Amino acid sequence: MDSLPPHMRPERSFQGFILALQRFWAEQGCVILQPYDMEMGAGTFHPATTLRALGPKPWNAAYVQPSRRPKDGRYGENPNRMQHYYQFQVIMKPSPPNLQELYLKSLAAIGIDAAVHDIRFVEDDWESPTLGAWGLGWECWCDGMEVSQFTYFQQVAGFECAPVAGELTYGLERLAMYVQGVDRVYDLNFNGRDGDAKVTYGDVFLQAEQEYSRHNFEHADTDMLFEQFKMAEGACRKYLAAGWRDGNRKEHLMALPAYDQCIKASHVFNLLDARGVISVTERQSYILRVRELAKACGEAWLHTEAGGAGAG
Amino acid sequence: MPDLLLELFSEEIPARMQAKAAEDLRRMVTDKLVAEGLVYEGAKAFATPRRLALTVHGIPARQADLKEERKGPRVGGPDAAIQGFLKATGLSSLDEATIQRDPKKGDFYVALIEKPGRATLDVLAEMLPVIVRTFPWPKSMRWGKRSEKPGALNWVRPLHAITATFGLETEEPDVVSFAVDGIEAGQTTYGHRFLAPAAISVRRFEDYEAKLLDAKVVLDPQRRKDTIVTDAKQLAFAQGYELVEDQVLLDEVAGLVEWPVVLMGSFDPDYLKVPGEVIRATIRNNQKCFVVRDPKTGGLAPKFILTANIEANDGGKTIIAGNERVIRARLSDAKFFYETDLKTRLEDRLPKFEQIVFHEKLGTQAARIARIEKLAAEIAPLVGADATKTARAAKLAKADLLTEVVGEFPEVQGLMGKYYALAQGEDASVAAACEEHYKPQGPGDRVPTDKVAVAVALADKLDTLVGFWAIDEKPTGSKDPYALRRAALGVIRLIAENALRLSLLKVAASALMGLRAKSAQEPDTLTADLLSFFADRLKVQLRDQGARHDLVDAVFALGGQDDLLMVVRRVEALGKFLDSDDGKNLLAGTKRASNILAIEEKKDKRKFDGAPDAALYKLDEEKALAKAIGEVAAEAGAAVAKEDFAAAMRAMAKLRPAVDAFFDEVKVNDDDSAIRENRLKLLNEIRSATRAVADFSKIEG
Repeated sequence: MDSLPPHMRPERSFQGFILALQRFWAEQGCVILQPYDMEMGAGTFHPATTLRALGPKPWNAAYVQPSRRPKDGRYGENPNRMQHYYQFQVIMKPSPPNLQELYLKSLAAIGIDAAVHDIRFVEDDWESPTLGAWGLGWECWCDGMEVSQFTYFQQVAGFECAPVAGELTYGLERLAMYVQGVDRVYDLNFNGRDGDAKVTYGDVFLQAEQEYSRHNFEHADTDMLFEQFKMAEGACRKYLAAGWRDGNRKEHLMALPAYDQCIKASHVFNLLDARGVISVTERQSYILRVRELAKACGEAWLHTEAGGAGAG
Repeated sequence: MPDLLLELFSEEIPARMQAKAAEDLRRMVTDKLVAEGLVYEGAKAFATPRRLALTVHGIPARQADLKEERKGPRVGGPDAAIQGFLKATGLSSLDEATIQRDPKKGDFYVALIEKPGRATLDVLAEMLPVIVRTFPWPKSMRWGKRSEKPGALNWVRPLHAITATFGLETEEPDVVSFAVDGIEAGQTTYGHRFLAPAAISVRRFEDYEAKLLDAKVVLDPQRRKDTIVTDAKQLAFAQGYELVEDQVLLDEVAGLVEWPVVLMGSFDPDYLKVPGEVIRATIRNNQKCFVVRDPKTGGLAPKFILTANIEANDGGKTIIAGNERVIRARLSDAKFFYETDLKTRLEDRLPKFEQIVFHEKLGTQAARIARIEKLAAEIAPLVGADATKTARAAKLAKADLLTEVVGEFPEVQGLMGKYYALAQGEDASVAAACEEHYKPQGPGDRVPTDKVAVAVALADKLDTLVGFWAIDEKPTGSKDPYALRRAALGVIRLIAENALRLSLLKVAASALMGLRAKSAQEPDTLTADLLSFFADRLKVQLRDQGARHDLVDAVFALGGQDDLLMVVRRVEALGKFLDSDDGKNLLAGTKRASNILAIEEKKDKRKFDGAPDAALYKLDEEKALAKAIGEVAAEAGAAVAKEDFAAAMRAMAKLRPAVDAFFDEVKVNDDDSAIRENRLKLLNEIRSATRAVADFSKIEG
């Protein structure tokens, strides 16, 4: 790390911070993926986590995933709440015995020294009703601040994880704010430069936060979204049905495209929810509908090669 | 005798599970030892975030040998029976069995089985893995490569090491040899995650505990708690403040650290504009820190106390700064919520309740609030409350549920209602009722005394009770999801402690008016059933206070007793009376009369109602009793009418000599049937007279 130029140091630049995490996990044997090219509420939705967590094959990956939470938009006025932010996701299957130590080393790699910081593993059971998934683990605290989620997946898409995968999720902006010592996310130094060359997080994202908050809360076309939900749901089911080779339920050939439609439905639902057009009772039924899709996709995935079909 | 040391070393165990897990470990191991005939001298279990530990001392090194004679089939019995006997006893042939002579039933085989006691080390090696595999964690998980196979070990979080040694103080102990899912028991544990992570080799409990302490792990949770409290008080005191003690938080915090280091941080005093309860809730729930009080003002000081898990190189500066940052952000949110809430008047929030379902079958919150408002207004004059204020309070009492602060911190519901009501200029009683109408929440909670709060509290609880009665969702056994027992007990305490006169049946009937459409039952049946629920609650309540519950039955058996205050007064007077000799003897006399009557009524298949005929009295004792009954009935009746139950009891006492004399001298079942009937009628009069205060036949003893 000492060999890094100042503008690339994790405590000076947001991008340097991300690169440091990527380099660290690459060293641990993870494939470093790029963000999935769809809108999603959390890095867990990425097929590299949701689907790859299922089945017997080993899988180690790390990636940044832009996370869209339409309801969390604050028109850029809240110092740390946004409708778009970055998660850094690590998944290791099977969970290695030293995953906690690896996690602590990764903190050291981004400048959090366990000799002066109080790092704690505080109980937090994770559950995603939309993905039919749950796991046990912790929120990881650094000096009283929640900086990561650490989960041992027990079930995904309604299926037992065998073997269990360990998942780490870092809230990148929050961690970087802490490391850079700024109180407002938009003040983060993005590129690590000074003076005129400096680009802040606000320069990159503030306008987007304002525009998307307007869109999410006021203008998103709900008629279109309701229609899109139905279409995504229908397409997902259609691809799932068509994907079984020769019509028998032994091998599936289109689990990934079907799952894309599940991701789509989930995001459309989140947008409708932000627009406040879904009542409390309907809300539950929408979540259930997405879960049914996720479960069916998980089942299909387990019948693909990467899902371990035919591996015995 | 030798001792056992057992440690299960894992990733971080949730704080809330640690105490019970330690206790479960102690219980499971010691129960099993005892079941194996190994009586121990003592046992103690401990928990830290990363380990469960147990020491059991004074366990015999071996089980005692067992000798057992087992009876087999008769000599010459069927082959199948003999083969079965040999197999069950482990004998290789009948030559090894003895024959027991029995001239009556015939001779039979007996096997003498000698079972030598096993070494405790072996017993432990067999039982410990079973205990690990069947450990009752509230939630457990699988992990790692082994989780791909069925039957993988489940533990609360990944289990990394097991230490298990057994031996005498003076000798090198043995390792209890076993493995669970690939984890071999041994003598190696680890110190503090950050301060002393190296492996430690341990022999027995004493050096284990000492070595852990050297490795910055305080094993005993009580010791960690003591350190935290002592240091926290000291830090607060040094600044002229006082720690706001919080046992639940302390238990949790002690479960989050192996090496407690207590530090103090500050926040901007400007945040103290936010109500102290909200500041405390924020700092406590989200940050697991204590707050401190300024003894000069009684309010909170702009300080908080955190418990870190490390001794930091910089003396804790970074840790304090980090926590201050987070608390600043949290308080800033809380302040924002509070200020936002103040911008909307409580009544303007009400329309939103129309969209919120209280219970699927009981309609919306808005409908419920309307019912409470109406009922509270009806109750107001009965409890001496101002009707307008009561209706206003009932209308606003739930509005804070829709505020941001309560959304964030549900435990300040009611309290925020009070603050917001005061801020918008409501009457003090109305504001107080917003908070107090939830009370009493439990047996230890305060009962409101302000009449407006009392009226709303009664209306709130009665609407709940009647509502769930109407849709037939009554508590059963241990299930009481809507806390209806607590609501009923609340009503009882509100009435008793404020000495309120209220016909519960009438008030319940009023409450039911707004819920008629929901109920399939007859209103009278429903309210009567609810009243008997109150009677049961009252019994429990009185029993907890040491009073006799049968007296409650004796009073309710009179029928029509729905004025709980009067029921309580009667029960009190009755209890005192029955403690006296007069009371005990009168009760005995009355019971005797009742028993005789019951027998004779059954024999004759008729009642002996009606006034006895004075002309048929033959003995002085009859006449005296008749006279006494007449006087006592009048006197007791007058006293009851004045609600002076003690006086009624005193009057009752006068009956005793006449009753005693009657039973001493008079034969009830006289040969002359007219006289017999008349005497039975006289006995019935005793029963009737005592019913002025209670149904004595329901009293035990």
